[in-house]
Amino acid sequence: MSALDYAAHTIAQKVNAGELSAVEVLESALARIEQVEGRHGALDYGELTDEDRQKVHAFITLTQDRAYAQARQVDALVSAGKLAGPLAGVPLSIKDIFCVKDTPSTAASRILANFVAPYTATAVERLEAAGALTLGKVNLDEFTHGSSTESSAFQPSTRNPWDPDRVPGGSSGGSAASVAAGEVMLSLGTDTAGSIRQPAAFCGVVGLKPTYGRVSRYGLIAFGSSLDCPGSVARDVRDAALMLRVMAGADPRDSTASRHPVPDYLAILSEGVKGLRIGLSPDYMQIAFPDPQTGALIRQELPAEIRNATLRAAEALADQGAEIVENVPMPNMVYGIPAYFVVSRVEAASNLHRFDGVKYGYRTSSDFRDLHEMYRKTRAEGFGLQPKLRILMGMYVSAAQYSEQYYQRALRVRSMIRADFESAFDSGGAYRLDALLTPTTPTTAFKIADIYGDSVLMQYADQLTVPANHAGIPGISIPGGLDGDGLPIGIQLLAPDFREEILFRVGYAFEQATADAAWRKHKPQVLR
Amino acid sequence: MTEYETVIGLETHIQLNTETKIFCACKADSWEDPPNTNICPVCAGLPGVLPVLNEAVVRKGALLAAAMHSEIRLKSFFDRKNYFYPDLPKGYQISQYDMALGNGGYLDLPMPDGSIRHVGITKLHMEEDAGKTKYENGRRYVDFNRCGVPLVEMVTGPDLRSADEAAQYLIRLRQLLRWLGVSEADMEKGHLRCDANVSIRPVGSTVLNTKTEIKNVNSIEAVRTAIIKEVERQVELVESGGRVEAWTLDWDDTHHRLTKMRSKETEADYRYFREPDLLPLELDEAWREDVLANLPELPLERRARFLQDYDLPEYDADILTADRPISDYFEAAVDAYAGDPKVVSNWIMNEILRMLNELGISADQLLLKPDQLAAVIKMVDSGTINNATGKALLSKVQQTGKSPLEIVDAEGLAQLSDDSALQSVIDQVLAAHPDEVMSFRSGKEGLFGWFMGQVMRETRGKADPQLTKQLLLDALSKRD
Repeated sequence: MSALDYAAHTIAQKVNAGELSAVEVLESALARIEQVEGRHGALDYGELTDEDRQKVHAFITLTQDRAYAQARQVDALVSAGKLAGPLAGVPLSIKDIFCVKDTPSTAASRILANFVAPYTATAVERLEAAGALTLGKVNLDEFTHGSSTESSAFQPSTRNPWDPDRVPGGSSGGSAASVAAGEVMLSLGTDTAGSIRQPAAFCGVVGLKPTYGRVSRYGLIAFGSSLDCPGSVARDVRDAALMLRVMAGADPRDSTASRHPVPDYLAILSEGVKGLRIGLSPDYMQIAFPDPQTGALIRQELPAEIRNATLRAAEALADQGAEIVENVPMPNMVYGIPAYFVVSRVEAASNLHRFDGVKYGYRTSSDFRDLHEMYRKTRAEGFGLQPKLRILMGMYVSAAQYSEQYYQRALRVRSMIRADFESAFDSGGAYRLDALLTPTTPTTAFKIADIYGDSVLMQYADQLTVPANHAGIPGISIPGGLDGDGLPIGIQLLAPDFREEILFRVGYAFEQATADAAWRKHKPQVLR
Repeated sequence: MTEYETVIGLETHIQLNTETKIFCACKADSWEDPPNTNICPVCAGLPGVLPVLNEAVVRKGALLAAAMHSEIRLKSFFDRKNYFYPDLPKGYQISQYDMALGNGGYLDLPMPDGSIRHVGITKLHMEEDAGKTKYENGRRYVDFNRCGVPLVEMVTGPDLRSADEAAQYLIRLRQLLRWLGVSEADMEKGHLRCDANVSIRPVGSTVLNTKTEIKNVNSIEAVRTAIIKEVERQVELVESGGRVEAWTLDWDDTHHRLTKMRSKETEADYRYFREPDLLPLELDEAWREDVLANLPELPLERRARFLQDYDLPEYDADILTADRPISDYFEAAVDAYAGDPKVVSNWIMNEILRMLNELGISADQLLLKPDQLAAVIKMVDSGTINNATGKALLSKVQQTGKSPLEIVDAEGLAQLSDDSALQSVIDQVLAAHPDEVMSFRSGKEGLFGWFMGQVMRETRGKADPQLTKQLLLDALSKRD
């Protein structure tokens, strides 16, 4: 049995007990990377070869030396009879939107391709302090702007380990793929509209978006600051909980990081679901999008396989003693994407101002007459299509004459979406839910290039995940089965603010109940 | 010819004198630091960093708001003001827009002619400063040291009516800022920056005409001169049938002239929105009470009280409220003295101010404490020492740090006011100078001063002048 067959919590136990060395774990991970990874994403990538089309391409930068130094330190601690932390020897990848000291931190953009961060993000610092081995920085949509990882300036972009012709989802595509392909046990991702949960669903792994403010954003290169959440990508619920436990908590460098106490998630993980009220909402069994001509909402049922996976999960949980509450109305979730379009782009346009060629990152190499031409050329050459679209839209809807009509209105919609959840979770209300159970995505992983270029359709991949970002509540995607093409289906659980432990309890109970299910025996194609 | 009235509003930026910057732990003051040496990832706007609000900034901002009679909002917000400029590293400035810390406010400005100008405050908010840009040899250099220095922006209504009033406002504002201890308020160092909005209208009219904005005026005298020049320009323009355009004007302090920076036909759109990286600033009543408890009596209030309670002349009251240390010094000395405040005022205005001037320090830094000053005045009053000794004694206390009494004792400075001791000195003097005694007695009364001098010399100045005079007269008029 390879070290890579263990879950993260088992590796940490064995490493701390001296049964397994961290260097040994690291070397298995490097061997796995050698086997499945292919070349890393790069700016000048040339033609894609047939071999490229069979590989994962999760990484932009491999930080092998850093990982070796950490592994040796862990092993030294253990041989000195000390504990090396709850993540001792666990291979970890970091979405390349986090700053890690002395490491290229590119945001998958040409404009930051040469940026080496002089400091480390809080979440990364805590994971490393807990003994994790940082193997490298993984690919994503440029500045996290997308749902397929295809918009990265670093190509080949990541491919789905279950079917390399398909996208891994995004924007944390490199995170989900690196965990699914067994290159690492854990990955640090970010979720602004579903960017952890959607790729986790596409790649058959667990993806957690914690409550807004549960994990510090310090060191996370911002997209939509009021929506961005760092979170865990892991193989199973226990690992996701373990990772959150390490990262969560107040941070003097982020005043939006909450001081709410961090519970011992692992201690309550196996408390079961007996007595928990878990809701199902018909509004989450469809997608609704405006007709491009008339603006009228067109509603479409989700594919039966996806609806059924969700209903089967509800049955499994009911068998464990949960109370299933049907027909919970979530009337405002259909406005989640339009409101998100506005809010995220206003914040993104502002957040991207700082990339101006003055201080760091890319500056045009061609001549410029004046400052404004330097700005224009730098930003025109440095940003890819997706950031540009977001900047244009964000500038437009926050202009003084449109702000009321778009931005302020979107903020009101946001409050209404939040109110939907508040009433469903209200302990004195009609539904009194502990959690809401929904599908994570409207489809399973789509083919590379199928949707890319249609930025509106791409955005609707997030329709079932974005309401949690608007509301700030925690959500988790866990594998719930496979579709007819053998592609993973994700199911999503949503809970009230700072109740991540409910997500873990329910998720863990579902994993236990389905431990022997036939679909769990399937492996990603790159590992077959 | 039409008579014109000047309408002026001032926008001031006040640099708060906190230890550290508004959103990071860099020290706030970079004066004389080499460029880009007092910066960190946060104030230099690196990717991924976040601002954390410095409470000391809120405290000082709130104190200033209270002193300006502005309501301190218990819930206020920070907003992003978006614009591109090389010395603005994030591409936006974190400021406060519609729900700022202070709401409203005013300053009642006493004018030298005794009238009061009520100046309304329309904006009072906290924000971060940007860096500095310098042009040299056709290149642009950026220094980020100043990024994140805490500022309060304070804007008056169009309530000032002359260049003199504008200057008075700045004088009183500077006094207030130092009084509160919230800013060094040194205009040359940019701690207090001012832009002036100037328009004119026929006397009697209440419309607000198109204004011009004068920037880069970095002394109170420059503000006065620049406004006078701009008003002259506007009047000439309007008189000759022209129309004032909304220009931004740059004040050139070397050549004393205004140059046009740009036309301001359309307002810039800063696309303000709430800063998502900071939580709403929520203060509670207890915090506000705590701040207000630290609000001292303000200079203008104290000035009025000095006039009223101590019956001081305006001139004295102005000087004795010029800064808080001298004002507190005066009050403490008056308390200890328990006599006529005007006597204390005279001593301070003559002796103490001269001493402060020579030493280049403020009153709170004197070794000579207010109660010691009062003790010296009392010794002079009671005749224990004479006036000249009293003045010299003040310097000795300041130099040695010893108490006045200690010095008087040790140096035997107390006046010789013992009749018999003094009488014997006088007898000796007269005995030693029989010729002069003769001359005096034969009518040369002008010699009296010479005899006084002799006695003083023998007693090394300690003789009580009144007593000496009397005893000497008696002795000289005696006939053998």
